[in-house]
Amino acid sequence: MELEGQVRIPSGCAISAVVSKDLRPISGETVIKSMIPMHDRSNGLGGGFAGYGIYPDYKDFYAFHIFYDSRKAQEECEKYLKDHFEIVQAETIPTRKIPEINDVPLIWRYFIIPLTSQMLRLQVDEKEYTARCVMYINVHLDGAFVFSSGKNMGIFKAVGFPEDVGRFYQLDDYEGYEWTAHGRYPTNTPGWWGGAHPFGLLDYSVVHNGEISSYDANRRFIEMFGYKCTLQTDTEVITYIADYLLRKQKLSLKEMSSVIAASFWDTIDHKDPQEAKVQTYLRKIYSSLLITGPFSIILGFNGGLMALNDRLKLRSMVTARKGNTVYIASEEAAIRAMEPDVTNLYAPAGGEPFIVLTDEYEKEV
Amino acid sequence: MVINAGSLTFQQLNDAIRKSQDQDIYIKNALGQRFIAAGLGGRNLTIDGVPGNALGAYLNGCNITVNGNAQDAVGDTMNDGEIVVHGNIGDAAGYAMRGGAMYIEGNAGYRAGIHMKAYREKQPVIVIGGRAGSFIGEYQAGGTIIVLGMNPKLASDAHGAQQEIVHNFACTGMHGGRMFLRGDTSMVRFPDQVTTKTASEQDVESIRPYLERFCFLFGHDLDTLLSSQYTLITPNSENPYKELYVAN
Repeated sequence: MELEGQVRIPSGCAISAVVSKDLRPISGETVIKSMIPMHDRSNGLGGGFAGYGIYPDYKDFYAFHIFYDSRKAQEECEKYLKDHFEIVQAETIPTRKIPEINDVPLIWRYFIIPLTSQMLRLQVDEKEYTARCVMYINVHLDGAFVFSSGKNMGIFKAVGFPEDVGRFYQLDDYEGYEWTAHGRYPTNTPGWWGGAHPFGLLDYSVVHNGEISSYDANRRFIEMFGYKCTLQTDTEVITYIADYLLRKQKLSLKEMSSVIAASFWDTIDHKDPQEAKVQTYLRKIYSSLLITGPFSIILGFNGGLMALNDRLKLRSMVTARKGNTVYIASEEAAIRAMEPDVTNLYAPAGGEPFIVLTDEYEKEV
Repeated sequence: MVINAGSLTFQQLNDAIRKSQDQDIYIKNALGQRFIAAGLGGRNLTIDGVPGNALGAYLNGCNITVNGNAQDAVGDTMNDGEIVVHGNIGDAAGYAMRGGAMYIEGNAGYRAGIHMKAYREKQPVIVIGGRAGSFIGEYQAGGTIIVLGMNPKLASDAHGAQQEIVHNFACTGMHGGRMFLRGDTSMVRFPDQVTTKTASEQDVESIRPYLERFCFLFGHDLDTLLSSQYTLITPNSENPYKELYVAN
């Protein structure tokens, strides 16, 4: 066996996404295809997908996807769920037995709604209540990890290469209007099921390629607001920052990108005065949420997605479209694998948010 | 020889290229295979589809033509040969390039020509037909980078807005070589350590062979290019990087 230092593995995480603005259903198979030409960007220690619009029959219920280490952890967690939610459906997530994916935990799915009495007691809205419960389980219940908690969306992830993970979860059986995908090459953590991407909280999901150097500064700040970073991984903190800025602080996506990928002061100085004023304000208020170091991320949510590079653009990202469908990936080859015949190829600049909203969502806002 | 790249891995594809006795190799259906023709000399490659990252890395004399776009790190540390791309290229093209030529019909991503260098007869050149992203010529130490700012359709952003010929931080850390930007560069901010001037007739004449080659490859009018105004950027020896980082 070749030891570390004797073998060089050409690498870098892979991300991709596809979204149909007119809510045309897209099979999970499509986004799996995008991961095949980018195989060498991962090392088999993590792959995952997020699908939106995949649970139309349960669209009003939170879909919790949970990993359990043991039956005991499951019993304990289910007791907690029953105390806090009405459970309308509980089932194992269907998987294919394939040799590429092993050491499989117990993988369960619950469609639930918060108990009104509990929400009234805590005087919080449904989303805040649900987010707090997710935090509680992930921090306090050993052996249980909620890895997906949004409505009408679901995250599927595992240790393995992404294309194998997609087959494992039978994603060819799911259809959604939006998918994101990730192939992992972990750099700071050993790589386990919970640590694979996408990371999710409520309907926000994040896939990420990069290595942020501001992790601890960001973590210290975000943990003041009830978030608990349990995994020491960059993507988790980015997910909580997105939830904090968008859901709690009610920033727009563009404003959020001006916080986490803020322009350099020197660049701001040369912008249009009104724009410079806004950007200066955001940088000052949320200075601890500036994310430094290389990253390219795709943030998915019910109604669209946003792709964003770090301000120096130290990771690659390409976008394209065909008709009402928009494609994003680390490499153009990945987009062509999903749809050979795309147009409008465009690589967003560093810190330039690339936002895609469904037509329906655009009408709402 | 024709190679159908299709679902070949990058190792399989490169093995097939190396084992081929043919001078001319046509690769079809490329889809993200990396390191195509890495370190290779003496062949003519034509590629259909999307070649993967590090196309022609350490290239040592091949001629490569891509009928479409190429991804990141085209011609990384290229030593000799020619790479022609009938489309756009990704980030970090010509990283530490030390010889040969690269002709790009469309746009370049970030960091084109970063750490490009030159020595005596080894004079690398990159010609970009469209526009280039930030940090073009970052730490450039030698060679010639030419950006022509043509194909305005290719040069617009996601919302169709026209973008400047080069994005932010051009020539940061440049300490050798030359850069030519065609047309109006009044909106481009350059660092204090470089000198900008309007290129003289003589300066433009010195890049004539590259412009001729560009026009031949992509069917543009040479007279238009020769009669255009160029900004020539070179390092400013009056204001070196001395004491920029530490006071010693």
